[in-house]
Amino acid sequence: MNILATKRGAKDLLASPMAEQALASIPAEGIANLSRRRLLGLGAGALVLGVLLPALPSRVFAQATANAVKPGTRVPAFLVIGADNSVKLLSPFVEGGQGVSTGQAQIVGEELDVNPSRFTVECAPPGPDYAVINGLRLTGGSFSTRSSYDVLRRLGATARDMFIRAAAAKLNVATDTLTTQDGVVIHAASGRRLPYGDIAAEALALEPAENVPLRDPATFRYIRQPVPRLDARDKSTGKAVYAIDQKVEGMLYAAVQHTPHLGTEPLSLANEAAVKAMPGVHSIHKLPGAVAVTADSWFRARKAVEALEVTWSAPAPSGFATVAADYSSQGLLDALKAETSTGVEAEKAGDVAAAFATAAKIVEADYDAPYLAHGQLEPPSAIARFNADGTLELWLQNQMPELFQSIAAKTADLPAEKVVLHSPILGGFFGRHFAYGSSNPFIQSILLAKATSRPVKVLWSREEEFRMDALRPLSFSRFKAALDKDGRPTALQVRTVGEGPTGRWFGAIFGGPVDSSAVEGIVEKPYAIANRSMEFVKFPHPVTIAFWRSVGHSMNDYFYESFLDEIADAGGHDPYALRLELLKDKPRHLKLLQTVGALSGGWKRGPYEAEGGKRARGVSMASPFGSETATVAEVSLKDGEVRVHDLWIAFDPGSIVNPAIVKSQVESAAALGLSSTLFEELAYADGVRQSSNFDSYPILARDHMPAVHVEIVESGAPMGGVGEPGLPGIGPAVVNAVAALTGTRVRSLPLAKAKFGA
Amino acid sequence: MPRINVNGRDYDVAAEADTPLLWVLRDTLGLTGTKYGCGIAMCGACTVLMDGQATRSCQVQLDSIGTAKIRTIEAIAEDEVGRKVVEAWVEQQVPQCGYCQSGQVMAATALLTHNPHPTDADILDAMTNLCRCGTYNRIADAINHAAG
Ligand code: FES
Ligand code: FES
Repeated sequence: MNILATKRGAKDLLASPMAEQALASIPAEGIANLSRRRLLGLGAGALVLGVLLPALPSRVFAQATANAVKPGTRVPAFLVIGADNSVKLLSPFVEGGQGVSTGQAQIVGEELDVNPSRFTVECAPPGPDYAVINGLRLTGGSFSTRSSYDVLRRLGATARDMFIRAAAAKLNVATDTLTTQDGVVIHAASGRRLPYGDIAAEALALEPAENVPLRDPATFRYIRQPVPRLDARDKSTGKAVYAIDQKVEGMLYAAVQHTPHLGTEPLSLANEAAVKAMPGVHSIHKLPGAVAVTADSWFRARKAVEALEVTWSAPAPSGFATVAADYSSQGLLDALKAETSTGVEAEKAGDVAAAFATAAKIVEADYDAPYLAHGQLEPPSAIARFNADGTLELWLQNQMPELFQSIAAKTADLPAEKVVLHSPILGGFFGRHFAYGSSNPFIQSILLAKATSRPVKVLWSREEEFRMDALRPLSFSRFKAALDKDGRPTALQVRTVGEGPTGRWFGAIFGGPVDSSAVEGIVEKPYAIANRSMEFVKFPHPVTIAFWRSVGHSMNDYFYESFLDEIADAGGHDPYALRLELLKDKPRHLKLLQTVGALSGGWKRGPYEAEGGKRARGVSMASPFGSETATVAEVSLKDGEVRVHDLWIAFDPGSIVNPAIVKSQVESAAALGLSSTLFEELAYADGVRQSSNFDSYPILARDHMPAVHVEIVESGAPMGGVGEPGLPGIGPAVVNAVAALTGTRVRSLPLAKAKFGA
Repeated sequence: MPRINVNGRDYDVAAEADTPLLWVLRDTLGLTGTKYGCGIAMCGACTVLMDGQATRSCQVQLDSIGTAKIRTIEAIAEDEVGRKVVEAWVEQQVPQCGYCQSGQVMAATALLTHNPHPTDADILDAMTNLCRCGTYNRIADAINHAAG
């Protein structure tokens, strides 16, 4: 999601007529009373704006923002210092494996002068203090560390200054006679020491000073160090508590059965009385697009809900969040290929027509990639409880607390400030936990808590999650290149037909004719190809689409970098050598490509003989989320199946906070990239998803995990993202290696579909 | 009412005979360290030890447990091998989201209990739990580390 790259900041956009318009589209009666179709039809743009303007009519908005807090500046909103000198950081971000909690503790601890190992970090409740990404708050887009680095350093330094001033007042000495050391203010002259915990109340009550000087980076002790993850021990001993582990007094457990055809509704239940009589069952409910049973245990609720014989309404023709009875992913792909309308310009340079007119050779290819599920290991769940004081309290997985708070408020017909929201750590997310219409369970938990007057915990079985997960969109692009007589590319033309999640869910804020999440990875590539024309044709999906680790890059870099190898082959060039040549004026990219060459022991394409048979290598580059990657993969075939032995990744995120976490994130992204390249596809046939669990949606297991070698290059460029960028280079490097090995160019993922001669 | 022994304690469990051990542990006994991932024996997030064997608790019905001694991640510190495994997990910084790791630690503990010096092939055979965060290589490193 390329939010930072957008020319207009969120603030400008909010002042725009578009914001007014989107707000106006929220009906006066609120969302709770709307039909599901209308609810979903609102689109998330309106909901996002609802977050930014909680409960305010648009006309008072301008005034409200003028008085609003400046995010990331009010120290007490972020730090809780215990009498025992413990430090709790309330983070704008949610921890889901990416290590953001540890990184934030390093950044704040560096300036606050507290060893990060003594921090506990929690995801902060909703509130304007935490909107540190251009006035927005979300955990995603690999934004967390890079967007908050400066803010959190300043916050830590400002807090330290407050402790020094409080100590000066207490000791009756001048501030410049005081120093700090790991959470203690020291007056060297008298040897007196005041732990932060002893003066926390006074210190945090002080007015934060402006422009407190920051530490000289040359003296950093924690930033840029491989500080151990704060959560490693709890996660190794079962003590870490996820949403699924939460329990509140008197709660009912709910299980649901969703419609197999998105967009249809439950009409009647044939055996309601029999199910009601099953052990432990409390109540049976029809919900939008689902039926639910509440019971005194989840297993009882699940057994009961799965016993329900439901008649669903007939599927309507495909539309927004409505999947027709004959819908198939193959049918959609055929339609994307057959679409003829002219697109909007996503990138243009030079004179493409002239270059094609004089081309010595023309290369053309179609590429596609399937729908993908997130497959995060923790299934979705949510607890809703209406409290006696009129508040609604929620425990739920989310990457955007204020958005969920706003939707919950509208669902329950409450003002946003009456919704108390807890954001536990996530058992993986990869983009799963944004708000995607009916693809999140928290709305169900609110409706059920209201209907039963009890706290309700909704948990989706893995099968229900495979039915409802919002998907990485099936994607298609058509490539055409002109080559000169020396076999070098002179022009590249790409036509992308489809839809991306940024346009769907954030269109009202980051709108524009071109959906960045549909074309990222095809546009803004670094290669010197003088004439370029990239167009985008919007073609909406009826299925619920989502952000998925590295978003548009997750397929587009595969398309582009594989096609670049096709260009090299057609022109008689080695693909590594051609890339070096096309990057000769791009020192940052050139260095990275050379680095990965050296890391892999020197570039060699193969095929060559190795232990266990022939092997070959492929190379790729990607520029995702402000970072740069160069990747080499080595593959062989075993029984007609692709085996990946090694992945070498040179990774340049500009600068880093924790090298150990950066490496493990690159490894993790590589594993997911390989999983999707080799195995993953969520297909539709007859309007129904063809996978229901990990048996029918295989993901990478140990037996296909290659060795991963990561080298971090700190070019000093502005800090880029870390969580996602390791992924996009994997697919093309593997596919390019397979082409070198077998002579077969795979233009449609996953590789499991292709058969290779053994 | 079936009686089961978990972490050295007897519990009388008021649940249907076909209730999976996983849900008895999580919802009846409140031992939520054991995780639900798939419910069909694919992921291993629910792995516990039954008489020392790594077992996917989503596949074990309450009425089939009998007198088997069950150990969950909550009691990992009472197991000498388990303690070593945990230290190796922390040392090698294995967990990312952490959701699969209770099951991974239990599976590794069973492996090292029966085979103190596993080969790579032994690790491949024994460690079939899924990790969506892709921590497989770190897990193998940690097992080798714990094996010494
Ligand atoms: S939950 Fe038991 S194997 Fe997945
Ligand atoms: S650490 Fe996230 S699933 Fe294994």
